[in-house]
This record gives sequence, C-alpha cells and structure tokens, in this order.
Amino acid sequence: DLLHKLAHSVFLSRLPNTFPPVASYRFRPVFFCVVYWRLASNISTQYPVVDHEFDAVVVGAGGAGLRAAFGLSEAGFNTACVTKLFPTRSHTVAAQGGINAALGNMEGDDWRWHFYDTVKGSDWLGDQDAIHYMTEQAPHAVVELENFGMPFSRTEDGKIYQRAFGGQSLKFGKGGQAHRCCCVADRTGHSLLHTLYGRSLRYDTSYFVEYFALDLLMEEGECKGVIALCMEDGSIHRFRSKNTVIATGGYGRTYFSCTSAHTSTGDGNAMVTRAGLPCQDLEFVQFHPTGIYGAGCLITEGCRGEGGILINSEGERFMERYAPNAKDLASRDVVSRSITIEIREGRGCGPEKDHAYLQLHHLPPQQLATRLPGISETAMIFAGVDVTKEPIPVLPTVHYNMGGIPTNYKGQVITYTPEEGDKVVPGLFACGEAACASVHGANRLGANSLLDLVVFGRACAHTIADICNPGEKLSPLKPNAGEESVANLDKLRFADGSMRTSEIRLNMQKTMQNHAAVFRTGKVLKEGCDKMDAVYQTLDDIKTFDRGIVWNTDLVETLELQNLMLNAVQTINSAEQRQESRGAHSREDFKDRMDELDYAKPLAGQVRKPIEEHWRKHTMSTVDPKTGKVTLKYRPVIDNSLDAEDCAAIPPAIRSY
Amino acid sequence: LSPRSHASMEQCSAIANAMVASAFFATAAALAPEPRIKHFQIYHWDPDTTGDKPRICGPIVLDALINIKNEMDPTLTFRHSCICGTCAMNINGGNTLASLNKLDINTSKPIKSYPLPHMYVKDLVPAMNNFYAQYKSIEPFLNKRDESQEGKEQYHQTVEEYIFCACCSTSCPSYWWNGDQYLGPAVLMQAYCWLIESRDEFTEDRPSKDPFSLPLLPGGSEVLEYIEKVSNTMWQQTE
Repeated sequence: DLLHKLAHSVFLSRLPNTFPPVASYRFRPVFFCVVYWRLASNISTQYPVVDHEFDAVVVGAGGAGLRAAFGLSEAGFNTACVTKLFPTRSHTVAAQGGINAALGNMEGDDWRWHFYDTVKGSDWLGDQDAIHYMTEQAPHAVVELENFGMPFSRTEDGKIYQRAFGGQSLKFGKGGQAHRCCCVADRTGHSLLHTLYGRSLRYDTSYFVEYFALDLLMEEGECKGVIALCMEDGSIHRFRSKNTVIATGGYGRTYFSCTSAHTSTGDGNAMVTRAGLPCQDLEFVQFHPTGIYGAGCLITEGCRGEGGILINSEGERFMERYAPNAKDLASRDVVSRSITIEIREGRGCGPEKDHAYLQLHHLPPQQLATRLPGISETAMIFAGVDVTKEPIPVLPTVHYNMGGIPTNYKGQVITYTPEEGDKVVPGLFACGEAACASVHGANRLGANSLLDLVVFGRACAHTIADICNPGEKLSPLKPNAGEESVANLDKLRFADGSMRTSEIRLNMQKTMQNHAAVFRTGKVLKEGCDKMDAVYQTLDDIKTFDRGIVWNTDLVETLELQNLMLNAVQTINSAEQRQESRGAHSREDFKDRMDELDYAKPLAGQVRKPIEEHWRKHTMSTVDPKTGKVTLKYRPVIDNSLDAEDCAAIPPAIRSY
Repeated sequence: LSPRSHASMEQCSAIANAMVASAFFATAAALAPEPRIKHFQIYHWDPDTTGDKPRICGPIVLDALINIKNEMDPTLTFRHSCICGTCAMNINGGNTLASLNKLDINTSKPIKSYPLPHMYVKDLVPAMNNFYAQYKSIEPFLNKRDESQEGKEQYHQTVEEYIFCACCSTSCPSYWWNGDQYLGPAVLMQAYCWLIESRDEFTEDRPSKDPFSLPLLPGGSEVLEYIEKVSNTMWQQTE
C-alpha cells in the first residue's frame, strides 16, 4: 500500500490520468507504472512494470548464454536467463563445422600449436592472453561437453572424431594440416545447443523465454540489470541484478545477404551503445567463402575439410595459386578474397559468371552420407543440387562478426582510456559472438566460435563466482529506471511516419552490401557512410501498423531495426577510417597491413611507430543514438600471453598460407 | 476505428492479387517474365481485439510469408529464425516447417496456412509451454554415478536432427485431447534416445518415472517400440 501511494505521489504531478499499479507478481510487488493516455484507441496503453531480483541475469540463451546461465546456477547463484527466442532456436543451432580442441585423437597435438594458429588467424589483432586462455581450456571444454552427453562423431576406436579445418596446423605452422576440429557429422552447433539445453534443465535457472531485452539499467557507470518486454502479454519487466551477462550473438542482418538467422540483430551491442559504452572492432565482418549462391545458406568449411575443392569456370582448383600450402583450407578471409578475385577477373561460374563451384562429387558417397548429411540436404533444398553428382554454386556471404562488446579474458566488459588503460565496467559481462575478448581479432578461424562460446560462457560464470556470493543485497535502483526504454517502445508502437520498417531495413542492408563488402575502397566507403547516415535519419519517419501489445512482431522487428542501425553505422564508419588491410578488412587503396614495425623486412634497425601512426590497434566506437554520429577511439592489442613460460607469445609476422 | 480495419476482405483480395513469387527460387526454377500470382489464405486472429473473428485474408513458404509481412501486412505474426524448427505451422493440411516447405508453383491452387492444431496464441504462433514442460519431464541429460570421470565411449547416433518443432505431436489426435497426460510422439522419441544412451548410468531409473505412464493409444505399451520402428524405417528411406 505504501508503495502504491509512493507511485501515485511520484507520478501524479508528472502525468495526467495516472492509473493505480497492477497486481503483484510472485517476486516483488509492482511500484512503478508509466501511463500514456491516447484518445481514439481502444487498446490499453498502460505499461505494467514487474520487478525481479536475481543474483545474475544472462541475456541470450544460445551456446554462450546457456553455458553462462547454468554455470552460474551450478555455483549456487539465483540466475535468470532472458531470451527473445526459445533456447534451441538461437543461431548456435545453425553452426555446422565443429569445435576445435587439441585432444590429439587423430595425430599428436599440442594446444600451443592451436594458440599459434589462432593468433596468426587473427592477423595479430587478437589479444594473446584471451587466446591463451581459450586454447588451453579447449580440450577440457570439449570433454566436458561430451560428458554432458553431446553425441560426437567417433573414430574406429570410439574416440571423438576430429576433422581438418581451415587455418589449423601442427608444429607452429611447420608440420602440415592439423586435424583438431571435433564434430557431430555436420550438425555440431545443433547438437551442442541441444546438449547444453538438456543439461540446463538439471538446474533451477529461471528462463524468461520470448522476453525482448530493451536496455541495460545503468547508474553511475555500473550495470544494475536489464529492462525487457514480455512478448506474450506486453508487460515490462525489470531484472535487477549485480551481474548482467550479455550473450546476444552477432548482427549479420545488417547485410542483405548473410548466413545469419533473421533474429541476428545485434541487440546486446546496441544496448551497450545506448548505455554510452564502446563497441570494439566492428569493421571486421567475416565473409564465409561458401554460402549458397542466391539463398545465402551456409555450406560448412567441413566440406573442404573432408576433401571438397573450389573450382572456377575453367575447372581449375584456383586455391592452389592463392594459398599453395593450405589450398582450400586457408583462412576464411583469404579464401573469400580469392573467390571474389576469380569472379572479378572473369572466371566466375554460371550464366552471370558471378559465383564459384564447390565440388564434392569426387568424394565417396559413403563419406558424404556419414560426415556431411546436413549440407547434402541443404544443397538439395536451396540449390537443387545432388552433391554426389554436381557441384554447389557458392559465393562469399556475411557470416560472423569478430567485433563486439570489449571484454578482458575473464569476460568482464571494459572501457579504455590512454591515461588509465583498461577499466572494468562493474556488473557487466559479455561472452560469445556478442563479445570481443578479443580471441578472433581481425579474422576468425572456423570451429573457434563454438569453442569461444563454451569457454567464455563458463569464464563469465567463474568470474562472477570469484567476485561475489549468492544472495548478496542489491544496491538501490532509481524508481523510474528504464523509463526512456518504455517511452521509446511506446513511440515505436504508435509510429505513424511514411516509411515501413521493412523498407528502411532493406535500404540499410543494400547500403552495407554495396559499400562494405569483401573488398572496400575509401571512396565507396565514404559514400556508404553518408548513405547510412541518411538511412539512419529516416528512422524518425518510421511507420508501424500493429498497435497491439500481445505478440507484436511488427514492434519487435522495429526495435531490432533500431539495434541493427546502431551496429551498421559503427561498422561502416570504423571501416572507412581504418586505412590498412588486415584479416577480413580488405582495402583496395591500402593493400598492406600497417604495424608498428615493418615485419616484411628485417627488424634490426627499425624504429617502432607510436600507436597514432600504425593500425595494429583495436577500434573503440561509440554512437550518439539521437543523431547517429559515430566517434572512434583506439586501444592497444594485448601482446603477452597469460604465462610466458608456459606459452610464449607469438610476435607478429607476415601472414601467408 | 479498429486497428485492423486496413485488412478488410476487399483489401486482402486486392493485396493477394498483387503478390509475386519470391526471387528465392531463381536458382531452382527460372521465373516466368510475367509475375505469377499465388493466392495465400492465412489464419489471422488478434487476441487483443475482443470479439475479433478469425479472418482468412486472401517459394519456400516462409519467404512468401516474410514478403507479405514486409510489403502488405506488417501485423502478420509468426515465428521464424534459422534452421531451428520454430516456424512449424500447418500448411495445406499438413504440419510442416515454413522454412523448408517449397511453394507449390501451381498458381491455380491457394496455399492455406494455419497455426499448429490446438496450440495457438496469435495468428500463426503456437503456445509451446506444455510441450517444453513435457520434454523437461523426461530428464533429457546424461546422468553418471561418478561425475568426476572423463569418459569417451561409443555413442549410437540417433535423432540428433531433432528440432522441437512439435509437428508430429500436434498431428496426433491423442495429443490434442489429452496433451496434459500423454507425452506425445516427439517427447517419447527423445525419451527413447536417452534410454539407449550408452553413457547414461541411470537407465533403469528412467522408465519408472511417472511420465512414462502408458499413452492413450490402443496397444499402449508397445508405442515406444513402434516409434523406434517408424523412426528407423524413415531414416533408412531418407538414406
């Protein structure tokens, strides 16, 4: 009653026609209610707000989110997992290839070789302490998954089958192709997610499924929780917690053609941007070499791992020219660029000469059926191709975002200033594709992402368990925290401009696709930045149609569009500023990598350039959400491993396969 | 002024008449030079509007649905993401996934699209809560007596393609009428999967749990065997 009276007195002076708060929920009574009274609408515009208190909140229930959530529950924390999708619908389910770990089932292996491959794959933009952590933990993480019940493919003697994958070598690149990608046929992500989901049912994590997280609740630079919309009934929920973990995945849907799910909309990155915090390295977008031409569906690198080859219109295995050692299993950015060059030089396949072929019919049908059943089916459905007889038409397609929310190797979100260095944002963590630890740097190796999910999902849980205890009292939160998010929601729900959500989204996607693709040039990027700015301004003129609040997917897609836009403007502006080619960011007007020293020449006698004069540094981007203006700063790469004696750091070198 | 008044019958027919097949099928079948009009009849019901009666408004099917949502009626509600099983719905009488169901290019026949039987929330969105709760009840995780071990035993790979789409359960009349007691074919199939899991050490305890009580079918106790046989036959056929 007292709280009801408080609500009345707080809001009576601010808004007319205040309504009494709604009935209490099982955790806390409601004490806050925002009301907008609009005429000529018989749909309720009252937004009942329900408050929850937890020890930890995880946003996102894909591979990383689930692993963090049940890791926390296992450690005794009262955990909420807020997700806009049912857990097994998260995009992790679509991952095909596998998960890397130096188990040594196929040949002798050492995690330090995996460490070397990953550092090299990142084009020396990855933070070596995080890479050390991930590759050292990899064998343990994979065996843990197997013990959870994950049905890995097996060798003859029952051990986990490991296949060859891009960029993986033995003996620091000198010992030939490594076989360290553990897989479940070609459905590893599906199997991993279902295993994690099944395992998570053992714990008492509270799942809030089909709750769309709107914003972080930040006070004085500390994260105190998340505010979310329940899609089923339109109620608003504030999840108060000392520890918030963001695991919301990537933002492939900023591009017109991508392998990502419709729901990959970078919600976590956008929430962090709106909180005034930076995102890191967003210009590094991975183009997977083999997405089906036209459909964009993914054909796993595992095809090439099993012996598949890329062919141009002359029937030539062209990768032999671009990567004499690794050939088709070179790093993804190298292969994507090679395919694009072949097409550009007129050796593309098909009537328009605009794609390449992936040939598998030289492999035994039995191998295709056991190791690659999923893509056999995908190729038939989306390209009408029988892989035992014909090649699959493929084209580089947007697939992964190396960049994201900057964290240290423990999963804590950080900001950076040159004076104070890295500083942890209290109460905020991130893992998975949404985070940038950075283990992938400028380019991700295949099968390292599933590893990233489970290792850093668990790392977030461990870090939280190290720094606080279950049941700790929460610091107070302002009674009207989250008000702007609800105001934004209401504004979008009744938006009556002239452009539909789908129209603005298409404009954004086409701009990104045409101006920030595999090969980028300064002039085209600048045009793209201006166009993207114009598209950003059209958000003010948006029109939505569904005025309801129950399952309003029109509204949700519009909120997702706002999130996508924030990601897109940062991506294209960061790309325009970075005047070098590194990893997946390839500039035709700046073809070389610009490091602090010229590693193509002998180092003796060279003078180290200061950070302002070279590009081996992370981009930290922020946006003013009202204007769409992007501000860029830079942060040094971490070049030392966690333990120099156990694992020596790898100094930069020229990257060739 | 009803918020849905723009979707009147006349407007729907006019809108449906303007629909063009998606360019998605360019690789599968060459598009004819003139637009080929395919009529869609989609179940459309808004729980927010009291007294609202269900209205039928006039490639892969999911592409067509997305096209309709983008360009004709953004209030159309359905779940879709990636190859995950969430877009399950009833298309032309059969439960299937909209993302895998090819558009029938015969333009004289309309496509009828309904939510999964007996489970709807709004438009084409089914309520999955009971279904998920039943899955949880069969304890779909590995149990070991000593969990400090690291095992690497051979595993019999079945049903790893399982995607929780609920198409089979919601085709089953027994599940419609007794969904609160009968686990349904989907969950029973998963239960079988955990029964045969060689690494699980609590196999004997699994069938004794209450959820394994006999389903309401004639010849009830043989249903597990039946489902296994059906499942094996289907996989053999697809291979």
